[in-house]
Amino acid sequence: MTQSNTSAVDYNFDVVRQFTVMTVIWGIVGTSVGVLIAAQLIWPALNFDTPWLTYSRLRPLHTNAVIFAFGTSALFATSYYVVQRTCQARLFGGKLASFTFWGWQAVIVAAVISLPLGYNSTKEYAELEWPIDIAITIVWICYAIVFFGTIVKRKSSHIYVANWFFGGFILTVAMLHLVNSMVIPVSAMKSYSIYPGAIDAMIQWWYGHNAVGFLLTAGFLGIMYYFVPKQAERPVYSYRLSIVHFWALISLYIWAGPHHLHYTALPDWAQSVGMVMSMVLFLPSWGGMINGIMTLSGAWHKLRSDPILRFLIVSLSFYGMSTFEGPMMAIKSVNALSHYTDWTVGHVHSGALGWVAMVTIGAVYHLIPILFNQGRMYSIRLINIHFWIHTTGIVLYIVAMWISGVMQGLMWRAVNTDGTLTYSFVESLTASYPFYFIRFLGGVLIVSGFLLMAYNMFKTIGAKDGSLKPAEEA
Amino acid sequence: MSTFWNIWVWVLSIGTLVGCFLLLRMCLKNFAGVEEGESMGHTFDGIEELNNPLPKWWSTFFLLTIIWAFGYIALYGLGNWTGLLGWKSSNQGILNIAESKAQTVEYLKKDSGVLVQYDREMEQADAKYGPIFDAYAARSIEDLATDAEALKVGQRLYLQNCSQCHGSDARGTTGFPNLTDKDWLYGGTPEKIKETLLYGRKAVGMMPWATVLGGEEGVKEVAAYVISLSGRSVNADLAKAGKAKFGLCAGCHGPDGQGSLALGLPMGAPNLSDNTWLYGGSQRAIEESIRNGRAGVMPAWKAILGEEKVHVVSAYIYSLSQD
Repeated sequence: MTQSNTSAVDYNFDVVRQFTVMTVIWGIVGTSVGVLIAAQLIWPALNFDTPWLTYSRLRPLHTNAVIFAFGTSALFATSYYVVQRTCQARLFGGKLASFTFWGWQAVIVAAVISLPLGYNSTKEYAELEWPIDIAITIVWICYAIVFFGTIVKRKSSHIYVANWFFGGFILTVAMLHLVNSMVIPVSAMKSYSIYPGAIDAMIQWWYGHNAVGFLLTAGFLGIMYYFVPKQAERPVYSYRLSIVHFWALISLYIWAGPHHLHYTALPDWAQSVGMVMSMVLFLPSWGGMINGIMTLSGAWHKLRSDPILRFLIVSLSFYGMSTFEGPMMAIKSVNALSHYTDWTVGHVHSGALGWVAMVTIGAVYHLIPILFNQGRMYSIRLINIHFWIHTTGIVLYIVAMWISGVMQGLMWRAVNTDGTLTYSFVESLTASYPFYFIRFLGGVLIVSGFLLMAYNMFKTIGAKDGSLKPAEEA
Repeated sequence: MSTFWNIWVWVLSIGTLVGCFLLLRMCLKNFAGVEEGESMGHTFDGIEELNNPLPKWWSTFFLLTIIWAFGYIALYGLGNWTGLLGWKSSNQGILNIAESKAQTVEYLKKDSGVLVQYDREMEQADAKYGPIFDAYAARSIEDLATDAEALKVGQRLYLQNCSQCHGSDARGTTGFPNLTDKDWLYGGTPEKIKETLLYGRKAVGMMPWATVLGGEEGVKEVAAYVISLSGRSVNADLAKAGKAKFGLCAGCHGPDGQGSLALGLPMGAPNLSDNTWLYGGSQRAIEESIRNGRAGVMPAWKAILGEEKVHVVSAYIYSLSQD
């Protein structure tokens, strides 16, 4: 392996270890809250008549936990690891890196406390109130300093493609967060947006869709570009493809927000541009998928024996699937059917559980043995079981949501011969119950998989240094 | 939008698409300085990158979507330009229904073909479904209430527009009257029901009484008396003291608490001597009503549904309380 000749650099893996372990912990927390609210949709009594456990408060807790606790911890861990290894330089900033870990965990804890208490700025995926927003800004600036500081220290003249994506994600998320969180505070935990009406909605979805585009896509493409070639031990398929898809992806994504506001008070031209850019975005998205999957050329057989690689490659398939589905749903006439239905929820989860979670899980399984001086994970069999549980969970989840989403859309628009609507809202709700149950089962499988992962992780960490030998040597 | 922002929008959006095209063109050529399919020659932590060409189907498809994007913008417009089709989803300067209707008339007169999408759809719907409702509107509510087909239409309209407050079985909930019993606030005749639906209702004055009644003690006394009116047992002393103060309430609820409707009055004060309670019949709920008052509002539906549809809904609601 070529990585041995880079070991001369004294890498800072402490902060990578911390973020990696917390990624798994927050994965369990975030998906568990998701399962609870999925269950509440079937059995409303599960809020136990307490305000802190109502759906409306736990739903933002779920999304914040999976995006900003699980997903973003994974991005911290992997970007700190990848930037050091590909720049062959120790992480810049020393204690500053450690501060980003503790600072970010403090932000998450603040979210876990304030959201159930009902503090909510009412902006989706930006629910945290202004004092926490300020804390996020401070941590994020430190993150940028650590990351780009390390890039500056690099030994090669080129910057590796994974770092383009990490860098793009860090800068853009900073901008999105600052612009969307502009508020006038009225008390310690209450504020109002400075933007009026339709402008506020547009800013919110410019933020919201780019949280998906940059945090959950560009950042995770950074993970993909390091861990797929590394795990497959193959060169990246096409340098030129990575250039065209990187620049096209980041310049088109920033326009896609208005497709969340089709048929609203947003001006027609803004809706049109949002739809057009979303459609054009389809190909740059697939460029990333192709580059990842084709990297496996000549090493396809490894998929049979290596469940970690399987996680990484199947994540790319889900990425391809949801980035095809997304542009389709951005078409106005399709959106007229899909918007406000469970189809949207299914789409998000095929991206979140399929792409984001699977590429993260693959990367974490790759990282843990390296970070804790082992040759492999404690149990490869458990990784394999995790793969199948997770995949089955996703399939149950998204198929249930597709069916109920399309059904809801069709029921809502069904019209009688007299022009009245055929179904009342509550009828579409009762028709959705069986699918809510299937979705709940899918969620239970996902959480079970994460629990297995945690067990495997702690067994690996707890094992005597170097006692777990790589499969070939064992 | 001002000229500045118009240009801003044009430059950025067209620039993005042109930029994507130029980027694609650049990467279609081998500018990397090594043979296609060879390694780029730099390694990062052992990872090499190959200089493979872009997949042909991919770059062709990408190019097609960019061309399509220009086509779509040409048809549907950008910034202040409404495009070759002149299509608009709505009259975005319009502030109310009257202005919207006046605007539609204008468009029709000019026969310019630039009706906005919303007006066009409303017009189509009126043309298609209007006659059905005109026919219903020509018949009396009593007559419609015996017509199973008309009742089905009325029920659908009810489920879409009324069930959110009054419930899908029309039995109401706290604060929203039950429509299936014979207890009416404003009258249960066909005419009165239709009047309620068309123009809405606003309960005129269950004001907060705590201060007038001399504080919490007075509230408790009157509440005890009110509870006794429907035959429940209460503390006799409290009820007696309450009865002495009930004169304040009698103006609307009547001397015996029989409600304003029984007196032929229009303010919608509920009958207090039966066991139907709009805001809850527990001691606590009744005290709360007296202490802080209540203000029920039924919105007016004439402008939303139109008189013909309201007529059919009225028949449905009327039918619910007929045996």
